[in-house]
Amino acid sequence: MPLRLSIKDHWQEQRLFGRRAISAAVLVLIALSLVAGRLVLLQVVNHEHYQDLSHGNRVRIEPLPPTRGLIFDRNGRLLAENLPTFDLEITPEAVPNLTATLTQLGLLMEITPDDRARFDKALRTHRRFDSLPIKLHLSEEEVARFAVLRQQFPGVDIHARLARHYPGLGSAVHAIGYVGQLSEDDLERLDRAAYAGTVLTGKIGIELAYEQLLHGGPGYRQVLVDAQGRALDVLEKTPPVPGHDLLLTLDSDVQRAAEKALDGLRGSVVAIDPRDGGVIALVSTPTFDPNPFSQGLSPREFAALNTDPKKPMINRALRGAYPPGSTVKPIMALAGLEYNIVLPEQTRYCRGYFTLPGSSHRYRDFKREGHGAMNMHQAIEQSCDVYFYQVALELGIERMHDFMASFGFGEQTGIDIPGERSGLNPSPAWKQKAFRNAADRVWFPGETLITGIGQGFLLATPLQLADAAATLASRGKRFRPHLVAAVRDPVTGELRAHEPERLPDVQVSDPAMWDGVLAGMEAVVSGDRGTARKIGLDAPYRIAGKTGTAQVFTIGQDEKYKAEETPEELRDHAWFIAFAPAEAPQLAVAVLVENGGFGSRSAAPVARQVFDAYFESERMRLAKKAGEPSSGSAR
Amino acid sequence: MTVLFEEGREFHERRPLGMLARVLERLHLDGPLLAGLLALCAFGMFILYSASGQDEALVLRQTVRLCAGFVALLLIAQLPPSLLRAWSPWIFLVGVVLLALVLELGHIGKGAQRWLDLGVVRFQPSEIMKLAVPMMAAWYLHSRPLPPRFTHLVVLGTIAVVPAAMVAVQPDLGTALLIGSAGIITIFIAGIQLRWIVGIAVLAGSLAPVLWFEMHGYQRDRVLTFLDPQRDPLGAGYHIIQSTIAIGSGGVFGKGWLNGSQAQLDFLPEPDTDFIFAVLGEELGLMGALTLLVIYAFIVMRGLYIASQAQDTYSRLLAGCLSLTFFVYVFVNTGMVTGLLPVVGVPLPLVSYGGTSMVTILAGFGMLMSVHTHRKLLAA
Repeated sequence: MPLRLSIKDHWQEQRLFGRRAISAAVLVLIALSLVAGRLVLLQVVNHEHYQDLSHGNRVRIEPLPPTRGLIFDRNGRLLAENLPTFDLEITPEAVPNLTATLTQLGLLMEITPDDRARFDKALRTHRRFDSLPIKLHLSEEEVARFAVLRQQFPGVDIHARLARHYPGLGSAVHAIGYVGQLSEDDLERLDRAAYAGTVLTGKIGIELAYEQLLHGGPGYRQVLVDAQGRALDVLEKTPPVPGHDLLLTLDSDVQRAAEKALDGLRGSVVAIDPRDGGVIALVSTPTFDPNPFSQGLSPREFAALNTDPKKPMINRALRGAYPPGSTVKPIMALAGLEYNIVLPEQTRYCRGYFTLPGSSHRYRDFKREGHGAMNMHQAIEQSCDVYFYQVALELGIERMHDFMASFGFGEQTGIDIPGERSGLNPSPAWKQKAFRNAADRVWFPGETLITGIGQGFLLATPLQLADAAATLASRGKRFRPHLVAAVRDPVTGELRAHEPERLPDVQVSDPAMWDGVLAGMEAVVSGDRGTARKIGLDAPYRIAGKTGTAQVFTIGQDEKYKAEETPEELRDHAWFIAFAPAEAPQLAVAVLVENGGFGSRSAAPVARQVFDAYFESERMRLAKKAGEPSSGSAR
Repeated sequence: MTVLFEEGREFHERRPLGMLARVLERLHLDGPLLAGLLALCAFGMFILYSASGQDEALVLRQTVRLCAGFVALLLIAQLPPSLLRAWSPWIFLVGVVLLALVLELGHIGKGAQRWLDLGVVRFQPSEIMKLAVPMMAAWYLHSRPLPPRFTHLVVLGTIAVVPAAMVAVQPDLGTALLIGSAGIITIFIAGIQLRWIVGIAVLAGSLAPVLWFEMHGYQRDRVLTFLDPQRDPLGAGYHIIQSTIAIGSGGVFGKGWLNGSQAQLDFLPEPDTDFIFAVLGEELGLMGALTLLVIYAFIVMRGLYIASQAQDTYSRLLAGCLSLTFFVYVFVNTGMVTGLLPVVGVPLPLVSYGGTSMVTILAGFGMLMSVHTHRKLLAA
């Protein structure tokens, strides 16, 4: 042993090394078979799995967003279109000196801190070869200025894209709606696959309601990409299917006339063709320009719109629920006739107030000295409150509620844009449910009285009142109000009309009952003592209407309401419903002016302007129609 | 009989292989080993052409390096092992000094200090250590009886650990691992008892946590990513995911040369260097990958055979150590690319595109040839 430790034994060493070499060789083979086994696992056992992964890796599918459908009014005028807009974009990897380039660009056009912040954020979250916008919506001048100096800016370029544009600016914005940036919330309800390449989506109005038709179907292109996602080559392309065009019942001339008439006021106009329920005008003022929404509203701009005390974003036509006031009186009269409570010629005496039996509480007439003896015709013409207190008392709340319901009160009209409120058609059953306090759940006779003149709990939207006016105009025939008249397939050009939807008629036992009520409404405009006689003076057509005044706050028993002494926001809302021509109605209108005082003074003249615009538009349409055959033969 | 003899002699003289054998003998080259290396390099160039995206200039540069490597092989093969043995301590010393220099004033290359600029050539001193450590270890054990005693083991450990640590802090974990493994391999083939091997394994295991805290962030990332590639699919795990996809999608026969989508479309990271094995697996499939492994196995086996035929301790240990470190390269790289081992920056020897390591490896094989061709045949 000691010998072996001190002197090298070469034979022994060689044998030892030989054994180690063999075990090393064995280890090598084991290690190699490990690798080989791993290769078999990857390439044979799991081959298909990795083949799929590899294929998915190589070909990226890029969505191609479709072109959004256009929106036209009933005369074929564009309400919503797609216009090219120009953005200045920078591809960071192609720019030699980003800071210098940005400084030079700043000399060429204004680059706001907001622009810079957005660009810097994009720079962090995107890849170097992505093209990032530095400035959106260049003006024509800016485009021209940059185009001249383009050579000096490698990696900077102008990119055109289609942006939604509303040529009417704010006109009919509450009907058409607008598109805005696609949000996570939107994606919750939309098909993510179909919206893969889309950045804008309908937010309100027609743009939202008909989103699916307007949007179209996305196309795809298969792109060969590298690991960074850089597109190398386009393998295959499926073009997108453009969205459908919409033809509305809206008439932009009538719409504009109504907006002009309400200029500076908060209010709403809804005009409906009583023959088919087509909405000719749907106005809510103030309006706002929807174009910035599609361009990307800055939070500051949005906040300004949202906090405006005049609330331009609220669609008063659909979402404003107000007491309808005296505009319900023709309907009450009709109910009275139907239930044999009212005989047209029978008079009721108005001494300026009404008291319930066994009570001293005075339910006042707006005319303090009283109207005197009133028959039905006069009561409608002069809007006598006391007459309708009596009718209401005799009808009772249940029958009133049911009859009002047949005109659509208390229920959404079902118009084809979202966001509509249902108003309120009160009844004892409703009151039982609506109030928690037992004392509040009782229906009081006084509440029946004031419901009879459209006050109290009763609430209606301008759309509901226009619908009711249309029902009166058509003598009970009801159609669902709608904005879309037809849909056009952009590929085939095929026009598919939306058939008007007929609703259950308002049934009365004798059609002659309508005559008396409608005659009363005509007298409102043309009678000597009609509440809206001023607007009928020089009209070349006959108008039937009814004014209304909705109380915003209750005045005390012995106080006198003086508009001038009341703060504006507490003044009464002014209503006017009307249809024309009275003998063969083509248009029914409801006008609301918030805090406008008496309906006759502020609301009725608006209706007159709407009618004027409508009949002018009709005249033009007839002339165009007459001209069409000749121009057709000339071709 | 005469006729037969005459025919036989004639046949022997005309055989081209016979002539080749004499040429090889005179050049101190080992035929089978050279054949294996040439086959490997040829196959490697073939893959590199595709992996580099058909970059002819790159392939040409690689060819120049290979030629330089074979020249180094040829020159070193002429040196008798006794001379190599005599130079060993000095080479080792120079290597350590250069490593220290690199640490002091090394240039930044790939975010790490590895390069030394000598005016005309830039090279990595760590490459020298790949040869210097086995030489030094073999030199140290040559005059000492085997199996080595404990004090010898401590010296051997220092010979391997000091340069490995200097390389590791550059930081170049891959090369440090190879240098360290050269030390362990030398100890193993020197005939160390099994209990010592177990003891070292336990010691290494207990040092692992210490090592963990000494690691750079990216090195820890690599280990964590190895344990779970999906942990960071777009970051550190990306390499492994993409290379396994490349290999797996290749199947048995591959997608065809130049047709690997993973490699050609840049999904695969570093396709011409560390991940070239994945390109091979994708384009030539299991068959291509196994062919390469067989070539490697042949070279390693021939190296071990040469070591076992060596006539002195230095030659045996050097030849065995160089053969096995070469295999460690192969195993660490293929294991990494196939997802068996963590991602360590180790190229696939003689196939990956890369500078100094090629020359170093071929110089190492030159030493093997020297060992084999300078034997005193009298003893046999």
